[in-house]
Amino acid sequence: MSLIEPLQAADEDGLAHGIAKTSRPGFVRSTVFGSPAAMAGLGIIVFFVVVAIFAPWLEPYDPTAKTGPVYAPPSGAHWLGTDDGGGDMLSLLIAGSRVSLGVGFLAALVAMLIGGTVGVLSGYFGGTTDTVLMRFTDYMLVIPDIPLMIIAAALFGRNLKNIVIIIGIIYWTSTARLIRAQVKSVRERVYVKRAQALGAGNRRLVVKHVLPQVAPLLIANTVLMIALAIFAETFITFLGLGDPSTISWGRLIENAFTGEATINNAWWAIVPPGVCVTIVILACTMVGQSVEDGLNPRLRVGHLSVKRFRVRTPAGPEASK
Amino acid sequence: MRGADYVVKRVAFAILTVFIAITLNFVLFRALSGDAISGLRCRQCSVAFKEAQRRNLGLDESRWVQYRLYLADLAHFDLGNSVPSEKPVRGELVEPIKNSLPMIALGTLFAIVFGTLVGVVAAWRRGTFADKGGLYTALGFYSMPTQWLGLMLIFFVANAIGLPSSGIKTPTLGLFADASTWALFSDRMKHMFLPALTLGLVLYGDYALIVRSAMLETLGEDYVLTARAKGLKNWAIVRSHGLRNAMLPIITLVALSLGFIIGGSITVEYVFSYPGLGLLTVEAIDKRDFPLLQAIFLLLTLSVIFFNLLADLLYFRFDPRVTT
Repeated sequence: MSLIEPLQAADEDGLAHGIAKTSRPGFVRSTVFGSPAAMAGLGIIVFFVVVAIFAPWLEPYDPTAKTGPVYAPPSGAHWLGTDDGGGDMLSLLIAGSRVSLGVGFLAALVAMLIGGTVGVLSGYFGGTTDTVLMRFTDYMLVIPDIPLMIIAAALFGRNLKNIVIIIGIIYWTSTARLIRAQVKSVRERVYVKRAQALGAGNRRLVVKHVLPQVAPLLIANTVLMIALAIFAETFITFLGLGDPSTISWGRLIENAFTGEATINNAWWAIVPPGVCVTIVILACTMVGQSVEDGLNPRLRVGHLSVKRFRVRTPAGPEASK
Repeated sequence: MRGADYVVKRVAFAILTVFIAITLNFVLFRALSGDAISGLRCRQCSVAFKEAQRRNLGLDESRWVQYRLYLADLAHFDLGNSVPSEKPVRGELVEPIKNSLPMIALGTLFAIVFGTLVGVVAAWRRGTFADKGGLYTALGFYSMPTQWLGLMLIFFVANAIGLPSSGIKTPTLGLFADASTWALFSDRMKHMFLPALTLGLVLYGDYALIVRSAMLETLGEDYVLTARAKGLKNWAIVRSHGLRNAMLPIITLVALSLGFIIGGSITVEYVFSYPGLGLLTVEAIDKRDFPLLQAIFLLLTLSVIFFNLLADLLYFRFDPRVTT
């Protein structure tokens, strides 16, 4: 009996401070499947991932070859027309999904690993470790990310590996802050204290008790980070700092600009790559946001809802009809 | 005075950050890149010229001496000379800054006004059509790559409503006869409109989402329920109980988004060939003009640090609970 009470008190404590709710197993799945927007987002992501994986088999033409006249409008042979080099736009888009999504996922992974590690170390150990790491994070947060990214890309050479690392290294800070706050609250929970009293080592505590509680937040954050990373890749590439040997959506947008598609009236070279980027970012944002919202119970309470004058009759809702 | 030590703490943090930014600037450009001159691209760059430049920049000294020289130069506001043109960097920055500021200010103002409006309405009418519509347009603009939105506006809007899509001034204006002040002003506004709109729309998405979630949080608070129980009008509740309290996170997040505004303006100016700080950055990257790039980066970092400090102090001014 006495074992159960403190557990409940600890859970209420977590809620009372407005810190993200602790998660049950399957929390992420049930949140995503429970929200239509998140489901749509997930569907879109899965679709583009499948396209990216099977890109070489899906492309109707070789994306690097000249397969038609320059800036040919959409036709039966070229569904989305051709670009300034006579390349098939649809093939280019499909090929571009590979690099764009790849950079997005890998850079988000780098950011998650760095940010997650810093956050867990900082929140779990506290004290001097926390002070030092968070000071460092605070300084990094203030440095404007996009100019730093441009300069780093300009300095370190133009290849995909560098771009992934640069994006990952620049975007870890917010993850670290978020995870730290969550770990700090989890660490104070009674069951963690109890496991510690029973003799569990740091590693076991982190892996078995802290990480599972932090995981949904980390997943949500990483999904949001994928969107940021894809965005960043188009940005770097647009300024001519992308990997010159690869085709990405960012590169197609750059091509539309440098190839003067606007003057050539070639909407088919401008619209599709941007639409792809926008849709994928939108999808990532919807999935990530729905999990984050699900974790924040305060957002579910609205005292100023639109149904202002709903009369609650004693007989129940049916009686008022 | 209440919390003088808070102010001192924040200012000290800002000063320390400035120092770290200055050092990072040095590390990035001198230590890591090894040699800024070797990557230089210009026509007159012979081997002898590069050697001379190296000596000029003090690149033949040890790192530590270089660092001290760099700090000493900065203390005199000497940002070095642009490598290809050999003119002082400081002078090259003035005109682009003057061009950029009004454009960025216009875009930001647009974003703040519409972002707040849509965010508040969406949170207030949560779950309705107004909320869904506001939320998804905001999400849509938030998800668009800035440069692409600029291209789309050039392609679909500029010609349709007869606005210029590049530069800052009609070249023929005032060439043969003196143009009136009004003509110059309206010409400038026309050139500024589309870049500012691009920046404004992307930021609008950002701000509307921030304001909406901040408002959702405050509208869930118990004092909003109390206000309703007291029988206050809905609008009064939204204004003085909701927005007033939501203002705090909004101020901070808007200040934090400044780094993005600056970054966004780089591509926007590039797309519209708008001769501001952003276009200067792109040109500096193109020519591998590291002293200029270094100066721009330092300037941007300093402005972000400044606005962060400002946000901290505002937060402190408006929220009596802040003590640390």
